[in-house]
Amino acid sequence: MSAPLHTIRPIGDRVFPDFAEVWRFRDLCFALGRRDVTLRYRQTVLGVIWVVLQPLIAGGLFSVVFGKVAKLPSEGLPYFVFAYAGFIAWSAFQNTLTRASGSLLAQSNLVTKVYFPRLVLPISALFSALVDFAVALGSLAVVLVVFRIAPGLPLLTLPLWILLLHAMGLGLGALTAALSVRFRDLQHALPVLVQLLMYASPVAYAISAVPERLRPWFLLNPMSGVLDGFRWSVFGIAPPSAAGVALSVTGGIVALVAGSIVFARFERRLADVI
Amino acid sequence: MSSSAIAIGVRGVGKVYRLGMADAATTLREALMQAVRGERSASADDRAASLLWALRDVSFDINAGETVGIIGRNGAGKSTLLKLLSRITWPTEGEIRLYGRLGSLLEVGTGFHPELTGRENIFLNGTILGMRKSEIARRFDEIVAFSEIEKFLDTPVKRYSSGMYVRLAFAVAAHLDPEILVVDEVLAVGDAAFQRKCIGKMGEVAHEQGRAVLFVSHNMMAIGALCARGILLEGGRVTADGPTGAVVQQYLRSLETLVAAPLTERKDRSGTGALRFESLTVRNASAGGGLVRSGDDVQLVIRYRSNERELKNVHVDIVIHGALDEQLAQLSNTAQHGPFERVAGTGAFVCTIPRLPLEAGTYRITVYSEVNGDIADWVMHAAVMDVEPGDYFGTGRGNNEGQGHFLVAHTWEAQS
Repeated sequence: MSAPLHTIRPIGDRVFPDFAEVWRFRDLCFALGRRDVTLRYRQTVLGVIWVVLQPLIAGGLFSVVFGKVAKLPSEGLPYFVFAYAGFIAWSAFQNTLTRASGSLLAQSNLVTKVYFPRLVLPISALFSALVDFAVALGSLAVVLVVFRIAPGLPLLTLPLWILLLHAMGLGLGALTAALSVRFRDLQHALPVLVQLLMYASPVAYAISAVPERLRPWFLLNPMSGVLDGFRWSVFGIAPPSAAGVALSVTGGIVALVAGSIVFARFERRLADVI
Repeated sequence: MSSSAIAIGVRGVGKVYRLGMADAATTLREALMQAVRGERSASADDRAASLLWALRDVSFDINAGETVGIIGRNGAGKSTLLKLLSRITWPTEGEIRLYGRLGSLLEVGTGFHPELTGRENIFLNGTILGMRKSEIARRFDEIVAFSEIEKFLDTPVKRYSSGMYVRLAFAVAAHLDPEILVVDEVLAVGDAAFQRKCIGKMGEVAHEQGRAVLFVSHNMMAIGALCARGILLEGGRVTADGPTGAVVQQYLRSLETLVAAPLTERKDRSGTGALRFESLTVRNASAGGGLVRSGDDVQLVIRYRSNERELKNVHVDIVIHGALDEQLAQLSNTAQHGPFERVAGTGAFVCTIPRLPLEAGTYRITVYSEVNGDIADWVMHAAVMDVEPGDYFGTGRGNNEGQGHFLVAHTWEAQS
């Protein structure tokens, strides 16, 4: 007798999700991601425009509030350009986080009807966030041309920051996705927490604008290094501090590992609870 | 050799559900509050009290090429078994071995998105069901041909009729090519011609391709026609496993003991409880009393109770089942004059059938109700109606019993 294809046993205590199984379901990751992108860009009349409009509005708002009213420094750049880049980088993190985080509850109809490794859902949420980011990055290139800013060699480090932003978003997204099945009110608390984190991070202001005394505390935020790094790579302004970058890299890894562990712990019980 | 190869092995499988998770925190706020107050979430005793074994000690083997009917009342554990087999949830004890890919038609069209086109949904739904993209591309034309929606391939499925939608969904699932196919009452959907096509596809899957098919249905006729073997589940345990005829008989006998219990004590019901059926009696309106004959005017009196003084928008259905549990007729107030706009909170629904057109025999009656569009109470096989031979045609000649289910008014003449 040949070996069974699947052996179904009681829930084992697995520390990490079965990544090999997720890889076998890669077509599903793409298909769900593709669905999200198609719907996003087909349904809304504004489509692409909306993705560009958001950072434009945010950049304009920040440059008025922080640049004109509070008169904060912006590393010698026009405040609008500075805030625009910051917001795009932040959005990459925030979009990945919120979409991944809502992916399980939003698709409970799939979870209760069909088998697939559940990690596919937060991962597929990454795709639409990536497409939005690509569009936003294109708009940033236009802004650079308009303001006649030429990025230098630091541009080569851009992939690292992009990777970090999405890794943090996906790790925290998977973690909160699993937790929010158990604790429904997390979905309501999350936007508030994300908003708080945004103002605690150098998105709309430069780290150099923070009083010297408080600066170490701001640098403890893992978002600081990656945001500074992103702007450095695009504008060639002052490089991020080594400590800040190290903290961001650590933050990204911790987010992914913690997200995986928490997700694996909740994964198999989902269909009974959701 | 291949026809006797094992397809599914189930050994001592049990599944426990924790009812309502009564004492566990369900919000972060509660969890934090409990932590602050130093409470434990629930004691072991509390937990044991709210455990429900949906399945217990279930063991069976199914070979490739077998078509097996899973029979049982609502709540007997059929859907839990299917969920375990399709790996949506995990067993509490025991082991299941699947020797091949399992395709489940638990719900056709899972993951269909109304805004996407038929073509897009084929790829999306196919990958959700576990196919590789290349596989779908290879069989794309076949799927489209089976679904008969060629012309609407690039139309969003929200513009499809429900028949087209179901055909497309079933077409994708039917081309999954699983070694093990699980079908759950899917035949209740689509038009008759399409149902025949689906039954044909199932037979083909089982016999010609040597696949194992698990068929779950309340329709004993369909089970009898499709399955050589039946497995009866009662209260989460396998109580019969063998030739379909014998298992179906045992199931039907178990319904009789069930119907003997008063309606108020029946636990196998679903719905919100906005109203509860209390009793169902069959009354002979022509002659009085409970004895009913073919051709008599018959009244079905359903007493109900609710906590309201008045109920609005009440829809009531009666389904008459035959000896093999097949649905013979549905009597619906909605089909007659629309739902009752307002009724007393406690009272009776009376359904009158003039000149009962049923042959002598034993019939079971299911009652169903909706209040404001939500299922309020639903009891399968709530009562038995025994029909005695009677003079339906009013000719004094009687009728040939056992030659059908229905008596149909008609005339004869000879023409040259």
